[in-house]
Amino acid sequence: MTSNARRKRKDERLVQSEDEEEGISNPSMEGDLPEMTGTDSSPEMEAAEADALVKTLKTKRRKKKKELADEVISPKDDLARQLKEAKRKSQQKIEDAEREEMEESAPMSVVADDGTLPMPEEEERESVLEEAEGEEVRRLRKKKEETEETLIEGPPGEEEETPPPREEEEPPAKPPSPVPKEPSDEMPSKSLSIKEKMRMRMEKAKEEALSEVKEEEKESRKERRLQRDKKQTTRFDETKPYIGSPHASFEIDENELDRITEEKRLQRLERRKKMPAKGREGFQMPTAEEAFDFFTREWKDEEKEEVEEGVEKAETEKAEKKEGEEAAEQEGAPKPDKPEDEQPLITQDDEMVSDLPTMMCAAYTPDINEQIKKEGEIYFVPSAAEIPATQKVGADFEVRRLEDEGFYVGKRPSAGSRNQNRMEHRLLKEIEKGRESSRAWFGEDGSLLALPDPLRSLPSRPPMPEEVEPVLKLDYKKAVIREFDSRYIDGTTEGIGHYQLDVDLNQVFFTHHHLYSKEHALAQKLTSLYEQYVIRERKNMTAYLGEKLKALKNSALHLQDHIAAHKSEYNLTDRSNYDRRLQDYRAEIIQTRQQRDREEKTDRTLLRHILATWKAIKKERELQTFTNTPVKLQIRKEDGNKVEDERVWKQEVLAEIEELRDEHEREYRRNMLTYEEEMKRYQNQIQAKAEAQKRVDKRRKKIGSKQSIRSGAEDDEQHEKDLELLSEADLTPPDEPSHFDDATVRESVEKKARENRRRPGEPKLHLELSNTATITPTQNCNLDEQRRRADVSKCMIFVKILFNNKEVSRTNMKPLSQDFKVSYGQIYSMKIVQWPESIAFQVHESIGLGSTLVAELCAPIPDTSVTSVSVQLEDLEFSSDRKEKLNRAAVGSGMPFTYGSDNSQLEILMTTGILTYSVAWAVDEHGQALVPPALVNANTMFTHMKKMDPLAAIGAAGVMDLKKLADWFASSHLDPNDPSNADIVYLLRGKGGDTSHLTPAEYFRLEQLMVEFDFVTQQELEENKRFRLIQLRDEEVQEFKNYKMVPAHEREVPRDVFTEYERKKREEQRLKSEGDHDIETQRMAVKRYRQKIRDQVMRRFRRQAHMKNWEDMVKEDMVPNIALLGTSLMKVFARRTPLKPQRKKQKKVVAQSIKGDEVRIIVNISRAQNVPVRLSAAMQAGSGAVTSRQDTRPLEQRFYDDYKHITMVRPFVEVMFQHHCIRTSVGDGSNPSFNEELEVPFRAPFDDYSPGNLQTVPDAVFLNIFDEVVVDIQEDDRERGRMVHQRIEKKWLGSLKIPFTTIYFNGKIDGTFRVNAPPVLLGYVYEGLSHGPDDIGINKDLKTLLGLFISIQPPLTQPEPVKERFSTNEDEATMVQADQWKEQISSRFTPKRELKTFVTDVNFKSVFITRYFRPINPPDEFTGKGPELVARYVSLIPFVPDAAIFPGLCDIWNTCDQFLAMLSGDEEEHAILLVNYFLHMGIKAWLICGNAIPEGPTAYVLTEEANVHYIWNPSSGERFRTNDATCPLRSIGCIVNNENIWANIQPYDKPDQMMYSLTETSCWEPLFNNSRRNPGLQSIQPERLYYLQTDKDFVTELQEKIQHVLKNKVMDWRSRYITRWNRHCSQIMRKTLPLLEESLGKSVDQDHIKELEASFSSYKVSGFPINMPFTEVDPIVETVYATGVHGHESNEIEFALAVYVHPYPNSVLSVWVYVASLMKNR
Amino acid sequence: MASSSVFLVMVSGQIESAEFPEFDEIYLRYNLHYGQDWLVTSGLEEGISQVAKKSQDDRQQIVWNFPIDVTFKSTNPHGWPQLVVHCYGSDFWGTEVSRGYGVCHIPITPGKHKLKIPMFVPESSSLLQKFTSWFLSRRPEYVDARVIARGEGREVTRVRSQGFVNISFNVIMKDMKKLGYDVLPSDVSTVNVPENVGTTATEA
Repeated sequence: MTSNARRKRKDERLVQSEDEEEGISNPSMEGDLPEMTGTDSSPEMEAAEADALVKTLKTKRRKKKKELADEVISPKDDLARQLKEAKRKSQQKIEDAEREEMEESAPMSVVADDGTLPMPEEEERESVLEEAEGEEVRRLRKKKEETEETLIEGPPGEEEETPPPREEEEPPAKPPSPVPKEPSDEMPSKSLSIKEKMRMRMEKAKEEALSEVKEEEKESRKERRLQRDKKQTTRFDETKPYIGSPHASFEIDENELDRITEEKRLQRLERRKKMPAKGREGFQMPTAEEAFDFFTREWKDEEKEEVEEGVEKAETEKAEKKEGEEAAEQEGAPKPDKPEDEQPLITQDDEMVSDLPTMMCAAYTPDINEQIKKEGEIYFVPSAAEIPATQKVGADFEVRRLEDEGFYVGKRPSAGSRNQNRMEHRLLKEIEKGRESSRAWFGEDGSLLALPDPLRSLPSRPPMPEEVEPVLKLDYKKAVIREFDSRYIDGTTEGIGHYQLDVDLNQVFFTHHHLYSKEHALAQKLTSLYEQYVIRERKNMTAYLGEKLKALKNSALHLQDHIAAHKSEYNLTDRSNYDRRLQDYRAEIIQTRQQRDREEKTDRTLLRHILATWKAIKKERELQTFTNTPVKLQIRKEDGNKVEDERVWKQEVLAEIEELRDEHEREYRRNMLTYEEEMKRYQNQIQAKAEAQKRVDKRRKKIGSKQSIRSGAEDDEQHEKDLELLSEADLTPPDEPSHFDDATVRESVEKKARENRRRPGEPKLHLELSNTATITPTQNCNLDEQRRRADVSKCMIFVKILFNNKEVSRTNMKPLSQDFKVSYGQIYSMKIVQWPESIAFQVHESIGLGSTLVAELCAPIPDTSVTSVSVQLEDLEFSSDRKEKLNRAAVGSGMPFTYGSDNSQLEILMTTGILTYSVAWAVDEHGQALVPPALVNANTMFTHMKKMDPLAAIGAAGVMDLKKLADWFASSHLDPNDPSNADIVYLLRGKGGDTSHLTPAEYFRLEQLMVEFDFVTQQELEENKRFRLIQLRDEEVQEFKNYKMVPAHEREVPRDVFTEYERKKREEQRLKSEGDHDIETQRMAVKRYRQKIRDQVMRRFRRQAHMKNWEDMVKEDMVPNIALLGTSLMKVFARRTPLKPQRKKQKKVVAQSIKGDEVRIIVNISRAQNVPVRLSAAMQAGSGAVTSRQDTRPLEQRFYDDYKHITMVRPFVEVMFQHHCIRTSVGDGSNPSFNEELEVPFRAPFDDYSPGNLQTVPDAVFLNIFDEVVVDIQEDDRERGRMVHQRIEKKWLGSLKIPFTTIYFNGKIDGTFRVNAPPVLLGYVYEGLSHGPDDIGINKDLKTLLGLFISIQPPLTQPEPVKERFSTNEDEATMVQADQWKEQISSRFTPKRELKTFVTDVNFKSVFITRYFRPINPPDEFTGKGPELVARYVSLIPFVPDAAIFPGLCDIWNTCDQFLAMLSGDEEEHAILLVNYFLHMGIKAWLICGNAIPEGPTAYVLTEEANVHYIWNPSSGERFRTNDATCPLRSIGCIVNNENIWANIQPYDKPDQMMYSLTETSCWEPLFNNSRRNPGLQSIQPERLYYLQTDKDFVTELQEKIQHVLKNKVMDWRSRYITRWNRHCSQIMRKTLPLLEESLGKSVDQDHIKELEASFSSYKVSGFPINMPFTEVDPIVETVYATGVHGHESNEIEFALAVYVHPYPNSVLSVWVYVASLMKNR
Repeated sequence: MASSSVFLVMVSGQIESAEFPEFDEIYLRYNLHYGQDWLVTSGLEEGISQVAKKSQDDRQQIVWNFPIDVTFKSTNPHGWPQLVVHCYGSDFWGTEVSRGYGVCHIPITPGKHKLKIPMFVPESSSLLQKFTSWFLSRRPEYVDARVIARGEGREVTRVRSQGFVNISFNVIMKDMKKLGYDVLPSDVSTVNVPENVGTTATEA
């Protein structure tokens, strides 16, 4: 901005401000004008004015309504009332003042002389302001209006709002502020206290100020005094009514006012004196008014004291007094009946308060003795002595003792008499001082008033309920089995239902027992056989089958006859039908006959058995001579008719034979047929064989007779067939079916009949078993039997009843009866809560002690219908495999025994028996069965799960397949509208909710109602801006990460929130979709690839960042080790002020504690070296050109001085960071020393100072070196002597760019840096070069160096590196080896050396570092060229730190193809590529891991050429010798190539102090050596790189684009001047640029400078080419801007600009920009 | 519409007392942790109390009666403010160590609330650490006390309980209902919010 414009603006503002001021003063002026004109002081006038003002006020107020929206505004009428009141008051006051003033006489007139003078306007305004402010404050108090609002409005607003009449009351109110400040006037005698002094001093100062003002006034007045007329006093009187106006307010002189107030005060005092008497009248508690008086009066008293004693502690005295005065003033107002208005009081108060602070700061401490003395004067120490009652009551009163008079007097509270006395003394003191009201504290009896003692005599404590936390409160609750147990009928043991099972145990009967005697066993056998017999008898199967056989025969016969009769009538099918039926009959006949035979046979055997057993019993009884069992078999014989029997017998036999014959015949016929067939075949074969044999023989003969010639082929064939035939197996001749053998059949039939049937004449036997046999009494038996019987009766039997495998009851022990029966006949009732699963009985037997389980048997669970009413007894058989020895007469069980004496038949019998029982549901008294309900309703016991399973509820339990369920639903025609089906309908409801097509949903929901909680649909969620904002914030999208206060309504979301973000998104989208710009396709692909990698890494990183570890959460001290203790001990003995102080580490500041604006980057620039000097100066110095000075000194001295005095260069350094620019002062010469500390503020994006955010800061610190050139632009030589007119120009000499992240990661940067200077700097030359070629020792490659120290204040916490060890594909053994190696070496050196074994690749895998190396072909154009070109190519690939691409500080190493695809990377990638190229070129190359400045930990390249080692900076392409001191590499940790890693184990790690022979094991320790073999790690680099040729068209287009942009920009930057372009110069420069590129931008081409110089000898040319790798256009613009080329503020200058883009393969572009400014020489 | 719709939550109250059975002479600090949509319009966000001793009676209470008075402005209930209290006291060696961390949300309903928040401290990571931390009286502390108001990263810590802190809150809210947040039960929240608050007043 030009100064002109600035000035203009300032002027404008001035005018504006004046206007404003006028505006401010306007209302008052308005108020003034009528006042000035008006000469009478009638209150009507005032009222009118006030009304007018009120009107204007109202209108203005209305305007401001909106601003005052939040204020509570008093209603209109209220305002009006107030106005009126104020008016009235002011009137009164004015009158007062008038009257008082009139009373004043001589002294006043003198003062009034001044007072009447018209004041300067400014003064007036001031006073108005003051007043207004006071008014304002008061009003605020009163109305509680918003202060800001009114303050902003300023005085006019206030005036508008406050009624002017009230202002008029101001003068009387206002004066008090100056009044007390006149100590001479007020209290002349009492100015002893400090406060007083202070006050006096202040007042003096004020007075002085006032007097100054007055003097000024006097000066101006002197002139006017002459014009003044004699009516001073009258005029004064006239103006007085307008005291409210500024004029008036000032017209009242201070002294005069003082007097007024003094008078008032006296009045007040008088009035007050009256008051105590009034106070004494009332004996009761003081009224509110009195209380108020009490306080106010106290002040007065003090004041009085003050006056009397002359001493007062005056801390607040003044204020108090004022207050008192004020209050008094109010009270003393002429019209006491006017409504009390406290406004003035508060105003005064406020004013005083605002004054107070100045009074309070007393920094004066008096002498201690003095102080004590003073204190003694001030303090009153009440004595504890008793005071006579009369004194207390007062002289005028008598002491009355109420108690004595018989009144009840309560007990006084106990108080120490001393204390009481003290209090009384105090009160008396007050009374002495005239405060009679204090006497009210004394009762009539002279003692202090007191209420009866409220305290109880006994100490007690109110009951404090112990508050128990409701949470902690314990309630006793009976233990409940909460678990839902399916075994229980009602879910719990406390079932509500009553369910009962009745088990009826009737009897147990042993069908075999080990105590059975033989007879018993037999009898038992007989009984069972007999039972069988009875059953069979009842069935009578034999007879039945015989009848059946008869019927069948008849039918068969009938059928046969029928077939025979109607043979012709039937067709074939019918006939076969009949035949089949006939067949069936016949088959059945055979079957039935066989059955009958079998039945007959069993009948007969059974009969035989029974008889045999019975015989055995009889025999046994005989044998043992006693009977044991009551069994008795009676056999009845029924004699049959023998003749008849025989006839039937024969007939039957015959019939059977006939049948058999028939059958046989049929069989025979069938067999005969087959026989004949087979026979025929057999014969044929025999015949054929015979013939064949014949032929064979014949042939043999023929052969023998040599007739073979004739035989021919036919014979051969025949012969073979014959042979074949002969070889066939002979068929067996079939057996001829036998004919019916009548005799044998008869024999067999008869035999069978004999066996099975009652023979003719044999009597029929009818058996009858009865238990009628008498058992021999025990005494008649033999001893064994007796014992056995005793055993039997000793044997006790009982039965346990088990319910669900738990014994619920057992029967009594009952002895076994002699017939082995135990009868219980008892019903056992069981109340059950569990579902019955099993009911079992255990039969136990006990002989003597203990019992043995005989058998366990299960009873079925009764059906619900089975109740104890309807149940019937059932038998359960049981058996036991228990072996029991036979003893004496018993047979035992499981033991072999024989009956009788017959030893042949062994028998083994096991214990068996029958239990008779019944199980049924019980029935209660109402006849209701006590059956569980579920059992009643449903068929299964699983129905209790109903509640949980909706499918089960509708009877489809266990249906898992919803599809099937749907089918079932459809097929079962369930009513979808039935509420009981709601569950299933819901389950099956499809998406549309259409109940007609019930299909299962495609998804599964745990909570089917969850959808209810989707308070908004997905679509709405996406469309809603607010939700989107919240979502994006949650995702930590950079733009929204720190978005504060997301509005509550969508409509309040700023419209442009997303524009930036969406633009970015679109960009990304565009990148993702195939870019159609053919020129930038390559770049696009690069960007796309980078984006992809970035996305991937970011995703991983975000996940990582939210995983905290212990150190992130908890601050904990490390366990100290010995070394640490040692160093801390050393610290104790360390020198306090060391000779070489070292920079201490600063404490890191946590991000949270930074509140922005505090962080700054401190750049300490110590010195610069080798700054290029101006060409002219260099020439002069070189040629020793004379100056105009007088040469009186020796030559050398002169030369030196000249050299010094000619300004060679005036460099200064400018630091630019985040658009902040700070520069050093100007140094002198080419090696200036600055030693300046510059501070640049740093502001993190989004104010987020967390490490995560800081590491993405893309800003960089630019350090530019400029030469300050002073150009004389004096145009008029005549003024040269008097005026200096110069222009300061700055010429760019070089720059240094340090990314913020570098500073951030390193904490500080310290060292000497090479400044990137352009290869050609027009108008400048390096000093060393200027001395000509004869200076051999000076390196031609001189560069400007800059000594720097950069740090951040306060230091920021650095991000924790991602510690997680990533997954890897490496061999475990190698990893362990490498770790050990690393650990072992790094522990040896205290400043840890950079050792790298594993690095992270793009896929977040740990990869062994040597895998990154492999000879890779550089682009084809470079073959045969030097390594410098390759290095330059690599350095031209844009450098982007990993942290910028992958925020998260995981150092990711890309392979070369990835690097070239991304076209950006940091040091490692450059270094790796360079090493690989070198390897391909046959140069020995290694990668150096080390520390460099300014990068910090970095990667360089080491090469060996002819035993000389070079260090390459891969990102700049520079090469250094190892002993080069300017090499930025500061330390070497290890070097790596494709074979091995060598750790630096030399004592020093600086490159120039090191040995480079890798075979030296004392210097370098390799990872792989003889003991640790290289496992042959394969490289992950591609074998070959393929380069794309850069598009030439694109390059030229880009070139033009850059040029165009730059030209426009330069013109923009200097928009205030005309920018001219010198084409000729530009062309020359454009020509030189390719040459520069060819020379790799290093050596300075002298020729082109010469050319330029030649062409533009009449110009002063300054300019330079800039070179940089191409990334985007913006950085180029920025760089050009940073050089400040445009900064020539002159119209005369011309510019030249040339841009050249040199293409390298794979879109690596080198951009050259040549800018120059040309100034015509004058 | 000049001002965006916000609701106000005014919290006053005090950190009344604490029960630390094992420790004495404790002071506390409090912080407020709130979401991005919240803004403190008035009041202190942080505070540090006096050192208080145990009462000599059975209750053994440590009483601070430390007032909290803060007003929040917010657009979004998300990130409702939480009060983070952390107590410190000097240990056997006279070094100040953390005695407990505790956190609670500002009550979300208006009215008076009394809360009792349990306090805990992070444990040392190992026995050795425990010993050294005791010996050097450098007990483990949270890097930032506010982490206990968040869920992130808590899984790596192990804590031990220490005692309780009693806090009373008086919460007043404004315009919650206007923005559609109903924090009161229906029988209480029949407050009729006139539509014209703040807009028609100027007419008078």
